[in-house]
Amino acid sequence: MDMDEVLKTFIAESQELLLQMEDALLQLEHTPGDADTINAIFRAAHTIKGSAGLFGLDLIVAFTHIAESVLDRVRSNELQFNAELTALFLQVGDHLARLIALVDAGADLNTLEVEVQATHETLSEQLSYYLAPATAAKPVASQPTRIERGNASGLSADHWHLSLRFGPDTLRNGMDPLGLFRYLNTFGRIVSIVPLLDRLPSAAEMDPETCYLGFEIAFASDADKATIDGTFEFVREDSLIRILPPHSKSDEYLELIRTLPEEDMRLGEILMRCGTLTAAELQEVLLAQVEGQQRDEAQPIGQVLMEQSLVQAPVIAAALQKQQQIKDNRSNENSLIRVDANKLDKLIDLVGELIIAGAGARMTAKNCGHSEMLEATELLSRLVEEVRDSALPLRMVQIGATFNRFQRVVRDVSKEIGKDISLSISGGETELDKSVVERMGDPLTHLVRNAMDHGIESLQTRQANGKPAQGNVCLNACHDGGNIIIEVTDDGGGLDPQRILAKARERGLVSDSQTLTEQEIFNLIFEPGFSTADQVSNLSGRGVGMDVVKRNISALRGTIELSSTLGQGTRVRIRLPLTLAIIDGFLVNVGQAGYVIPLEQVEECIELHSDSAITRGHLELHGQMLPVVRLRELFDDDSTPPRRESVVVVQQGGLRAGLVVDQLVGEFQTVIKPLGKVFAACRVLGGFTILGDGSVALILDIPRLLTQLAAPRSAVPFETKQSYAHE
Amino acid sequence: MSSASAENLYRILPLEGSLSIYSATEHMGLLLQVLAPDAEVELDLSAIDELDCAGLQLLVLAKQEAGRIGCHLRLSNHSPAVIEAFELSGLGTFFGDPILIKPASE
Repeated sequence: MDMDEVLKTFIAESQELLLQMEDALLQLEHTPGDADTINAIFRAAHTIKGSAGLFGLDLIVAFTHIAESVLDRVRSNELQFNAELTALFLQVGDHLARLIALVDAGADLNTLEVEVQATHETLSEQLSYYLAPATAAKPVASQPTRIERGNASGLSADHWHLSLRFGPDTLRNGMDPLGLFRYLNTFGRIVSIVPLLDRLPSAAEMDPETCYLGFEIAFASDADKATIDGTFEFVREDSLIRILPPHSKSDEYLELIRTLPEEDMRLGEILMRCGTLTAAELQEVLLAQVEGQQRDEAQPIGQVLMEQSLVQAPVIAAALQKQQQIKDNRSNENSLIRVDANKLDKLIDLVGELIIAGAGARMTAKNCGHSEMLEATELLSRLVEEVRDSALPLRMVQIGATFNRFQRVVRDVSKEIGKDISLSISGGETELDKSVVERMGDPLTHLVRNAMDHGIESLQTRQANGKPAQGNVCLNACHDGGNIIIEVTDDGGGLDPQRILAKARERGLVSDSQTLTEQEIFNLIFEPGFSTADQVSNLSGRGVGMDVVKRNISALRGTIELSSTLGQGTRVRIRLPLTLAIIDGFLVNVGQAGYVIPLEQVEECIELHSDSAITRGHLELHGQMLPVVRLRELFDDDSTPPRRESVVVVQQGGLRAGLVVDQLVGEFQTVIKPLGKVFAACRVLGGFTILGDGSVALILDIPRLLTQLAAPRSAVPFETKQSYAHE
Repeated sequence: MSSASAENLYRILPLEGSLSIYSATEHMGLLLQVLAPDAEVELDLSAIDELDCAGLQLLVLAKQEAGRIGCHLRLSNHSPAVIEAFELSGLGTFFGDPILIKPASE
C-alpha cells in the first residue's frame, strides 16, 4: 500500500482519537475516577503512540509515552485525575494535535518551531512531574530529554555501559559521584545517564550523609577498560561497579541484569532508556518471541523479560502494542471502512442523475401507455428510491460529536470570563449531512460564546435574581419534518427589547418613527454592525457576530430565529435542511413552467372553484383564513390561466399559505441543483432541477416564501391598506 | 514556618551557598519543615553555588516527601551550579520543573 495513504489514515485516526480523548477528559470532570473513561484516554494515547512508532515519529512516540505512563499510574490508582491533571492532559491533547498537524503538513518534527518546541518541553516536564513522586526513579522521563537533544548516537550500542551502585559511606569518605562523572567526561562523553533512587528511604529513616544513589550510564569513549575502571578506584571497596565494553554479547547484558540488585524487568527497561539496548531491539526480541520466530542473539534477554513480565508488563505492553495495533486495525476494518468524502459525493451525484433518468423513463412509459413497460419502470423507480435512501445516510453523521466539542469551549470560556457555566446537550444522536455539520461549527461556536458572554449574567446578578449560581447553556437538536432544528438556549438575563431598539435607533438602523414588534426587534440582532453588549470583551460584543452567523445559516438554506424572555433566558433556533442534495418534491405547473415544492411542506391540495373564493388575498379553509399567493403573479407569468385552478397548501414552522397553481403533476424525486448568482436576488427560489423530459423546474423555497408573506402587511403586493380601511 | 493547617499556602524558601554533604543535616531539617499538605512550596535555587550528590539526594527526598503528603514542591531559578549537577546526574527531568537558564556550555 502507498505509504502516504497509510500516513493519512494515521493522521485521520489520531485526530479522531484525540477528539475522543478530549471528550473523555471533559467527561472525567463530571465523573471523576470512572475507570472506563480513564481507559478510553489511555487507549487513545496508547494507539497514537503505537501508530506513530510505525512511522518512526519518535518525537510523538516519546511524548505520548510519558503521557501514557502518567495515565498508567492513574489506572493503577497511584494518581487521581484532578482539575490540574485534566487541564494538563487537555494541553497534551492540543499539543499532540499540533504535532500531528505538522506531520500532515509534511514538516520535519526534528526541527520544531521555537514556540512548539517550548510547549513540548514544558509539557514533557510537567508530565514527568507526575511520574516522579511514587516510584522515584521511573526513568521514562529521560527519554524525551535525549530525543530533544537529538543525541541520535545514543541509540546505538557502541558505547560502554556502566552500572554503579555507590556504597553508603561514599559521601562521608569525601567522594562525590558527580566529581567522578566530571572526570569521566574528560576522556569520553556520558551519552545518557539514568539515576536510580530506589534505595532512598523515607524522611524518617534518611541519613543525609549516607549515599543512596545508583546510576546506569551509557558512556562513549575510546579509552581502555583500565582507565575507566581506574576512575572508580576509591569507591570500589563498598560500591557495586559493573563495566561492560561496547558491543558486548547479549549474554553479558543478561548477566548484568541478573547481578544487579534491582528487579530484572526494570533493568531491561533502564538499559533501553540508556540506549544500551535500543527500544527497537527490545521490542523486536519480544515480538519475535511472541510470534514464535527464531532470533538467536538477543533471545535470552527477551525470555528473561517475558518471564519477569507476568505480573506487571509495561514494556511487554509497549512491545506488543504494534501487534495489537495491527489486530485492532483488522477488527476495525471488519466493521468500518474509511472512504474519501469525494467518492461519496460522486456516488450521491450519480444517484441523483439516476433518479432523473428514472423519472424520465417512467414518464415516457406513462406516455406510451405500455403496461409492462410501466410495471418495469415502477419497479425500477422503487429500487432507485431504495438506492437513494441507503446512499444518503452514508453522508449523515450524528451531530453529537460536534456538540461535544463545545464542552471544551464552554469549559475554557467560562474560566476565561470567570463565570460558572455548564453545558447540557440533548439530541446528540440526531443525524444530518456531514457537510452541513462541518459548516455549523463556526456559527454554533459564535452562538455559544455569545450566550456565555452576554447571555449568562454575572454571579452577583444571578444570586440577586434568585437564580442558581451556575449558569446553563443548552444545545439541542431534533428532527422536524425534512428539517433539523438546532437550538442554543441559555438561562441568562434574556434580551431587553427596549435596549435593543434604543441601540438600533442610536446606530440609525431604525428610524424614530418606526414601531416594531418584539420579534422584529430581536431580528435586529442579526443586522451587520449590531451589538448589545455594553462592554466589548475578548470574546464577543464587537458586533461582528450575529450577522455572520445568519449569513452562514442562510448559505445552508437554513433559517435562524431568536426568542427571549427578559430575566429568563434566550433561545436561538436554527432550522436546517436535512441534506443538500436530494428532496422529495411535488411538481406543479403554471403556464409552461414547472415548479417543485418540497413534499414535506405540502399539507394538502384543494381545487379552487372560482376566483371569487379568494378575498383580499385570503381563502377560507376549514373555517380559517389562509393567505394565498398566485404563483402566476409572483413570477410575472402572463399566460392565460386555465378555467380550473388548484391550491397547494404549504406549511412550515407554524406558518401556512396557499399557492395557486394551474395544474398538479404529482410527487417527484428531485436533485437540487444550485442556481447561478444571477438569481441570488430571487429569494423564493431554492434551486432548480431537471425533469425527466429534460425541461427545467424551479424549486420553491417555502420557508422564505412564508416569511415574506408574514412580513409587514404593507409589503404584501396583492392587497393594499386602503382596501382594508374600506371594510 | 509553622506546620499549621495550610490551605492555599504559598511559600518560597530561598536556599543559598553550598547544598552539600557538609550542610546536609541542617538542610534536611529545613526542607522537611517547609513542606505542608496542600501548600505550594517553591525552592529558590538562585543562590546555590555548590550542589553535590548529598544535596541532590536531599532535593529528591524533599520532592518525594512532598508528593507523599500532597504538597506541591517546585524548584525555581536554578543556578548554573544546580543546572550542571542536574545535567550530570540525569536528575533534571525527575524534578520536572522548567529550567529557565541554559548552561553556557552543554
